[in-house]
Amino acid sequence: MSLSSAMSLIQTALELGLISALTVLALFLSYSMLNVCDLSTDGCFTLGAAVGAVVALAGHPLLSIPAAMAAGMTSGFVTALLQTKMGVNSLLSGIAVNTALYSVNIAVMGQSSLLNLNKTETVFTLLRDKLSGTVLHGQYRLVAAVLAVGAVWLFLVLFLRTRLGLAIRATGNNPDMVRSSSINPALTTTVGLCISNSFTALSGCLLAQSQKSVNIDIGSGMVTVALASLLIGGVFTARGKIPLRAAGAVLGAVIFRLVYTLALRLDMPAFMLKLVSSVIVVAAISAPYLRARAPLYKRRRELKKRKGEEKC
Amino acid sequence: MLRLSHVSKTFSPGTANEKKAMDDFSLEVEDGEFVSIIGANGAGKSTLFNAIAGSFITDEGAIELDGEDITLMPEYRRSKFIGRLFQDPLRGSAPDMSIEENLALAAGRGGWLGRITRADRAFFREKLAQLDMGLEDRMEQSVGLLSGGQRQALTLMMATINPPRLLLLDEHTAALDPGTAEKVLRLTGEIVAGRRLTCLMITHNMRSALQLGSRTIMMDRGRIILDVKGEERRGLTVESLTEKFRTASGRALDNDRMLLN
Repeated sequence: MSLSSAMSLIQTALELGLISALTVLALFLSYSMLNVCDLSTDGCFTLGAAVGAVVALAGHPLLSIPAAMAAGMTSGFVTALLQTKMGVNSLLSGIAVNTALYSVNIAVMGQSSLLNLNKTETVFTLLRDKLSGTVLHGQYRLVAAVLAVGAVWLFLVLFLRTRLGLAIRATGNNPDMVRSSSINPALTTTVGLCISNSFTALSGCLLAQSQKSVNIDIGSGMVTVALASLLIGGVFTARGKIPLRAAGAVLGAVIFRLVYTLALRLDMPAFMLKLVSSVIVVAAISAPYLRARAPLYKRRRELKKRKGEEKC
Repeated sequence: MLRLSHVSKTFSPGTANEKKAMDDFSLEVEDGEFVSIIGANGAGKSTLFNAIAGSFITDEGAIELDGEDITLMPEYRRSKFIGRLFQDPLRGSAPDMSIEENLALAAGRGGWLGRITRADRAFFREKLAQLDMGLEDRMEQSVGLLSGGQRQALTLMMATINPPRLLLLDEHTAALDPGTAEKVLRLTGEIVAGRRLTCLMITHNMRSALQLGSRTIMMDRGRIILDVKGEERRGLTVESLTEKFRTASGRALDNDRMLLN
């Protein structure tokens, strides 16, 4: 492989990694901070892609960003409403919203499961025209992704320092404390899920516009991929403060994408992506548990062996 | 003033586990009064606190605080003016957040989008110095690194940083080692007296029940069986209190957890 094709592969991996980092940052807020596993992520990602694409197709590429984020926020609001006000278990409310979003997304896309943005003006083509003639003209997709990730990272870092942000962290960190404090967990959960889902939708919107198409499956498995990235990032920055941990989430997304690209080069078929991400998630979550149990298993094995010897 | 009038609460009504936890319960506590509450397990002491704090909504009766009817108010809204400490020192603060972040949440200054300012830090420093545990120099450390006693002292500070209209202490020193418990109790006495707080304290330690505060209540089976203050209370000893329990409830104080000395 020549150097230039390697560079272009790395650049594509960086772009895709950074775009999916937005979803990872969304899960950083909902999963790491609020301690809610938001299973509506897949549907919300597709929702953002669909809404963004439809608005761009209607001739408003810039408007596609706030439109997608508002749609994501609405979806997050419904997920939060189900679990805080209607007694639905938090996993189930995510799944219910995720399933409902499939229908919503088809409807948004005009009862089609595929939209083509090849000849449509998008935020990426706008930026490409802006950057033409400068040194960055070839990197317009990367520039857009870096800008989006930078903005979301900065927002999260500043937001989590506010009292509302602290209240959201406390809700995830010690529910007992929050229950007997003046924090309303329904409020913090709702605000947290609205914000995180708007980022997920932004992520979907940008992915659709960068690859110039949306299909109804664009978000499928996203929650696992993003969780895997989050956990990979956590390996490096788990002990740090919020800004570093948020940066770790971005780093995790990029590493995941780079490793995936490398695996594809080594002839791993593309359809293996989801299996690999599932394995990473399970391994990262169960490893500390199994490590803690290992001494017990060892003692049981030894006991069995000793008993066996006594019988002989 | 705190006033409970004819409060009743039955758990799991209509089942085999039906339990009448409070039955026509009435109590008045004056402003600035510090009431210690004693009683055997299952006497309804924590149930009383749960009713006042809003952990459950009572079936009947009314609860008033400073003239405001709070009977149906949700727990998180009562928490703005009712401070509460539990036996478990881990329960009152968020372990992965720093000391100053926990205090900032409790202080609640500057609105939802407010951030911790330099003035806040100076204020927290001064407050933490009162605890005399060196916490004022560790404000950016995670609360999870503190010992149980330090954490309970911090929780006490969080609960009183904005003077609450009512402070509920539910055996808040029972899980601490004797030395630390003594220290946290002394801090409690200082803070409550210094701020002239209205305070209810559940304890299993008869001595501190008589030592701290201005009034002592003994509960049994969801009722108040003894209520002493002033001159009468000053004359009480742990022995006479035990004796009074036997006379009032018609049985001996058979409780392992009750500390007689």
